[in-house]
Amino acid sequence: MSTAPKTLFEKVWQQHVVVEPAGEPTILYIDLHLVHEVTSPQAFDGLRMAGRKIRRPDRHIATVDHNVPTTSAYDRLHIVDQVSAAQVNALRKNCAEFGIEFFDVQDASQGIVHMIGPELGATKPGMTIVCGDSHTSTHGAFGALAFGIGTSEVEHVMATQTLPQSKPKTFRITVDGELPFGVTAKDIILDIIGKIGTDGATGYVIEYAGSAIRSLSMEGRMTICNMSIEAGARAGMIAPDETTFAYLKGRRFAPQGTAWDEAVAHWKTLPTDEGAIFDRELHIDAATLAPAVTWGTSPGMHATIEGKVPTLDEAATDADRKSFQRAYEYMDLKPGTPMEEIRIDTVFLGSCTNGRIEDLRAAAAVVKGHHVATKIRAMVVPGSQAVKRQAEAEGLDKIFKSAGFEWREPGCSMCLGMNPDILQPGERCASTSNRNFEGRQGRGGRTHLVSPEMAAAAAITGHFTDIRKWKQTEGAQR
Amino acid sequence: MEPINIITSKAVPLPLPNIDTDQIIPKQFLKRIERTGYGEFLFFDWRYDLDTPDHVEERKDFVLNKPEYKGAEILIAEKNFGCGSSREHAAWAINQYGFRAVIAPTFADIFFSNAGKNGIVLARLTEEEVQTLLERCTKNPEHKLTINLEAQTVTDDQGFSAHFDIDPFRKYCLLNGLDDIGLTLRHKDSLDKFEQTHDKDFWSAPKTAA
Repeated sequence: MSTAPKTLFEKVWQQHVVVEPAGEPTILYIDLHLVHEVTSPQAFDGLRMAGRKIRRPDRHIATVDHNVPTTSAYDRLHIVDQVSAAQVNALRKNCAEFGIEFFDVQDASQGIVHMIGPELGATKPGMTIVCGDSHTSTHGAFGALAFGIGTSEVEHVMATQTLPQSKPKTFRITVDGELPFGVTAKDIILDIIGKIGTDGATGYVIEYAGSAIRSLSMEGRMTICNMSIEAGARAGMIAPDETTFAYLKGRRFAPQGTAWDEAVAHWKTLPTDEGAIFDRELHIDAATLAPAVTWGTSPGMHATIEGKVPTLDEAATDADRKSFQRAYEYMDLKPGTPMEEIRIDTVFLGSCTNGRIEDLRAAAAVVKGHHVATKIRAMVVPGSQAVKRQAEAEGLDKIFKSAGFEWREPGCSMCLGMNPDILQPGERCASTSNRNFEGRQGRGGRTHLVSPEMAAAAAITGHFTDIRKWKQTEGAQR
Repeated sequence: MEPINIITSKAVPLPLPNIDTDQIIPKQFLKRIERTGYGEFLFFDWRYDLDTPDHVEERKDFVLNKPEYKGAEILIAEKNFGCGSSREHAAWAINQYGFRAVIAPTFADIFFSNAGKNGIVLARLTEEEVQTLLERCTKNPEHKLTINLEAQTVTDDQGFSAHFDIDPFRKYCLLNGLDDIGLTLRHKDSLDKFEQTHDKDFWSAPKTAA
């Protein structure tokens, strides 16, 4: 056994190598497979056609999130869209047939698949976790190796509990220093994507390190790891520490008693060893960061709130110039427009990026005592039933509702608009989600990605607003 | 999966970087539970004019709708093709439309994996090589390219010749049309043995409290 210093990623990888056949990819063991309705039906069909079973049903957890309406409990049980209803029913039937634990639409543990893994304590440090969803990278916040897969791979995991994988390279991004007032985890990750590009980490697993990362709550860490895929990364990871352990302790699927102590002892061996070598490194000074707003149709196209929509001269390459041109047109924005002057129609607060309790608390603190601007449609979609319950226990729902927000049932909702929550053509949205692609939130819809606080402030003023100035004025008034 | 080796065909130029899977196949088609029938929805929002209610019309200026490009089996795009969502529907749509290969400088990881599992050849060429091919296939829609997987080359009859790298195992699977699950199950003994030990590492179990 080699004693060379190892990275967090290398330790987790090594502990899951089943076999390394010569000239072929490594067969990697998968500890947890999360299943949702959209990317699984064809995989279950594949198993049936081949007469295969699920090798380890105990290592699968399923829920419905993408298709479910968020309007009411009744609407969720009686989905009007027959194609959506059929997909949800297919998962229900498949889970029963193949023996997978399923959190149905009104179950107390239902939610976006990347919310419920951590909430249940199913997501734990040192595990390998996959799901037919690119935002599986979220679970890396716990020091797990977690990545999104396609439906063929979903079937492969079901049949074998493994995946053939080529070993990715490692990339450490160190964010040191204290985060400035008004700057959140969302702003950190948007800044990183802007710096390295949407394909900047293709082929790599990122480890986020540094004092600014350490200081984040689990919610903030999940926001960062969640958007690793937006930089092209296979996965994002953060070393487990006391914050991680405190989050997990006592959760339904977390170890208890002496098993807990043993687990913590194991988890403490996982962080990257002193002197371990990464294939690539990037250092960011937290003090240089500011609240971010995307202006274009790719998460890398963003400015800080005091900035402007960039001009063509600011495009680094010919390809960027072409993308900028297309984005100006699609987003109906002129180069040089100050970000603060961009008026919005809609606010979406939710998603696996920013639909957690801390996000809702932060947004509620901004909107408390205010009302959304005229003609603004604003909605809060808690990421899970657990978040919804917690928020209601704290009275956040009342704050949002009296400020003119709609308070919805949990699901993916307007992050991708597979359910009825979509933008109309031309509608402009301040969104706490993860992708501003053309048509992502509805055909012709225009998405600007921001933090929950920034989305909340924009809802009140009707245009993007510097949360730092807002908070100072607010603080002075109270 | 059908074995694949040599593809000779005209090619559709799509000179844009970062073509994401939301563009390749929009969300509304992900509700279907079938594995087939996605070809007609490929690049749906770019391909069809949907501005008139209850009326869907092909956009004549979109390259896929130009009659001269019908029947092309190769797609050429710029860097980071297939970024975004993990939806394998993107690979299904490309394949079922009739494309058997995509040429680009880089591909996003998950799409890259999905394409391989659906018998689509992805050829990574340099930015310059891709630009040359984009120009030639834009100027002359009848311009034919040949992708030879065995030789790992892309050539045309005007002297263009480029080599592309591909993982040897992926190449072997494509050439032979091999199913991944069957390949993994060759290692069933190793898997059984690994699992016996690994199961004792209770921290690796999703539901340790049960």
